[in-house]
Amino acid sequence: MAEKAENIIELKHITKVYSDNGFKAVDDFNLEVKRGEFVTFLGPSGCGKTTTLRMIAGFELPSSGEILLDGRDIAHLPANKRPINTVFQRYALFPHMNIYENIAFGLKLKKLPKEEIRKKVKHVLAMVDLEGFEDRKIATLSGGQQQRIAIARALVNEPEILMLDEPLGALDLKMRKEMQLELKNMHDQLGITFIYVTHDQEEALTMSDKIVVLSEGKIQQIGTPEDIYNEPKNAFVADFIGESNIFKGIMTGHMKVRFCGGEFTGMDDVPEGTLVDVVVRPEDVIITAPQDGTVAGVVTSVIFKGMHYEVAVESGKYEIIIRTTKCYAVGDEVGICLEPDGIHVMLAEDHTTSFVTTINSDYTLDFNGKVIRCDLTKVVPKSKMKDNALIDENGETVDISKLKVQVSIQPDDIEMSDEAEAGLVSGEIINLIYKGDHYSYVVRTEYGYDLIVDDEYLWNMNDKVSLVMPEDKMKFQLKK
Amino acid sequence: MKNVFSRRQMGIPYGVFLAFFVAAPLIVLFYYAFTNGSGQFTLNNLKNFFVDPNTMGTLCYSIVLAVTVTLVCLVIAYPVAYILAGSALKRKGVILMLFVLPMWINFTLRITALKEILSLIEGNLAFHPFLNTVIGMTYDFLPFMILPLYTTLSRLDSSLIEAAGDLGADSFQTFIKVIFPLSIPGIVSGVSMVFLPAMTNYVVLDMLYNSTYIMGSLIGSYFSAYDWHNGSMIALILLFIIGIVAVVSEGNDTENTGRGLV
Repeated sequence: MAEKAENIIELKHITKVYSDNGFKAVDDFNLEVKRGEFVTFLGPSGCGKTTTLRMIAGFELPSSGEILLDGRDIAHLPANKRPINTVFQRYALFPHMNIYENIAFGLKLKKLPKEEIRKKVKHVLAMVDLEGFEDRKIATLSGGQQQRIAIARALVNEPEILMLDEPLGALDLKMRKEMQLELKNMHDQLGITFIYVTHDQEEALTMSDKIVVLSEGKIQQIGTPEDIYNEPKNAFVADFIGESNIFKGIMTGHMKVRFCGGEFTGMDDVPEGTLVDVVVRPEDVIITAPQDGTVAGVVTSVIFKGMHYEVAVESGKYEIIIRTTKCYAVGDEVGICLEPDGIHVMLAEDHTTSFVTTINSDYTLDFNGKVIRCDLTKVVPKSKMKDNALIDENGETVDISKLKVQVSIQPDDIEMSDEAEAGLVSGEIINLIYKGDHYSYVVRTEYGYDLIVDDEYLWNMNDKVSLVMPEDKMKFQLKK
Repeated sequence: MKNVFSRRQMGIPYGVFLAFFVAAPLIVLFYYAFTNGSGQFTLNNLKNFFVDPNTMGTLCYSIVLAVTVTLVCLVIAYPVAYILAGSALKRKGVILMLFVLPMWINFTLRITALKEILSLIEGNLAFHPFLNTVIGMTYDFLPFMILPLYTTLSRLDSSLIEAAGDLGADSFQTFIKVIFPLSIPGIVSGVSMVFLPAMTNYVVLDMLYNSTYIMGSLIGSYFSAYDWHNGSMIALILLFIIGIVAVVSEGNDTENTGRGLV
């Protein structure tokens, strides 16, 4: 083989659609992993991180795309032919074998001499601090010990890549912290590539060289832990990584941004007039006397958290969470200001919902059997109604069967209802982010599409909601 | 509200039941097995069992028959259970039920029907008596082998199979080294559910063989000839054999489930 490429593994346009229900678990995933890197896939459950890991390990085949290992496409190679070993979420140790047999499993298949196997097992057991455990049965081990055996069983095969699927999820907090450090040390000593899957942002920040933040099958951001924490690319990443206040804002001048009822100076140069999302970390907010702050507010709650207090301040209709070492009392009037480097500005994404409808014979719009009333004379150019028929500028009846109308509506114009039949579509809340004065919800509709709804009231995850879209808030556009 | 009956009091009817219908008959069985016609203690009945070529022949025949039926059931049932347990079919419950469904039809009716079919094919049942009996019993006991195997295999943690693949095993090696050893509890309970009834079931043999070459019918023939003492001894020895088989498989079973609880 020629000189080994710098990237040990590359994923190119990997997409995974489950054939039985059409669910798109991973959508156009692109990633390069350098040799010896510690890469973490981070995201909430159902974001596609485990599916991606399973495709790299070979337990699942991608629907499309390439997985290049040292430049060779292995996307359709079975798992047992890949130089990759996995530490499973629930360890997956063989219950009918003792520890020696478990660890030696892979080596015996490679037909290594017995003496060599014995030596390697001994060595790897020493590495995980379980010397002399060869003859113990799996059932006699604690969760943490099983975890170590699972790691030993994978490492003894000297894989080029070690995959870890939420390996610490079942351990208690203290054990988890210890194992985090041990895994990090092992990674540094062995120099092999680790791909780690977790939903725990703190774990990801502690251990990784590179974090891949995933949501709903799509990569949200790839970067170092510092990048991800300090410069989140969008509101999802900011909300998922650490605690944060997220506000809607607008750029009002050079590095000036208005949000939360005040004008602040930031560090991000975005053109004036741009709509933005602003992220403020709770530890970056400075509490001052009421008259000294950029905005003023009233303390509404104080929670002691050991290292600090978590103070909620209400300013107008906005709520700001602040982390401070000083104690305040509920009802205190305070001022709030921010250093420029404490303000992270992200371009607001366009969350307009739009869908295409056909025209019924009575000139209403049809959306999957639901009727939307619309003044078609304003949609079809130069048309008017005459004798209950839509005619064009030449006086001829418009052939509406060929026309389609695109309807669009803003997130804050959609209302949510818990009556199933109340709205145009129904769906389930799959994500929510608090944005200072309202919540931003991601609703997965019955047709499988995700749309964004802004609502000032709090709904719960997994709530079934019906989406009411007032016709006077809709925008209609002819679609050819 | 006050609890009228204690747990102990509620157990009384069951205790009475056990005393009258389990303990008492066993005592009577022991009494007859070790006495002679005039009510005196004797070991002659035990001796008769091993000396009489008829009883020993029947015992050996029963064992050979039961082992054959058990093996045939296992060979047929394992692939069925394995395929069903691993399939992503939504309707696999229905397929499984189709295998179990014959159990809901009257037993005599089923065997009579089978007898007619076999007569049609073979002309005369007397040509292949052993084969016919094996077919009849397999047909009858197959669900008892499929169900425990299916349960064990479908509970098998799929990540163990993935782990074997991950460590370099191909699908054959995965089966030999992981799936089969972990399905042994299912095999043991399937075997004990087929082997024991196959030892003693005489309806199938009676209808497909017209013979009393099985333990159950042998005991029946002693009792109908009013030789209760030898009949009781055979029943007792059979109980002993079944007890040994049950204890052995039980021990194997608990050991494996114990390991399986990880």
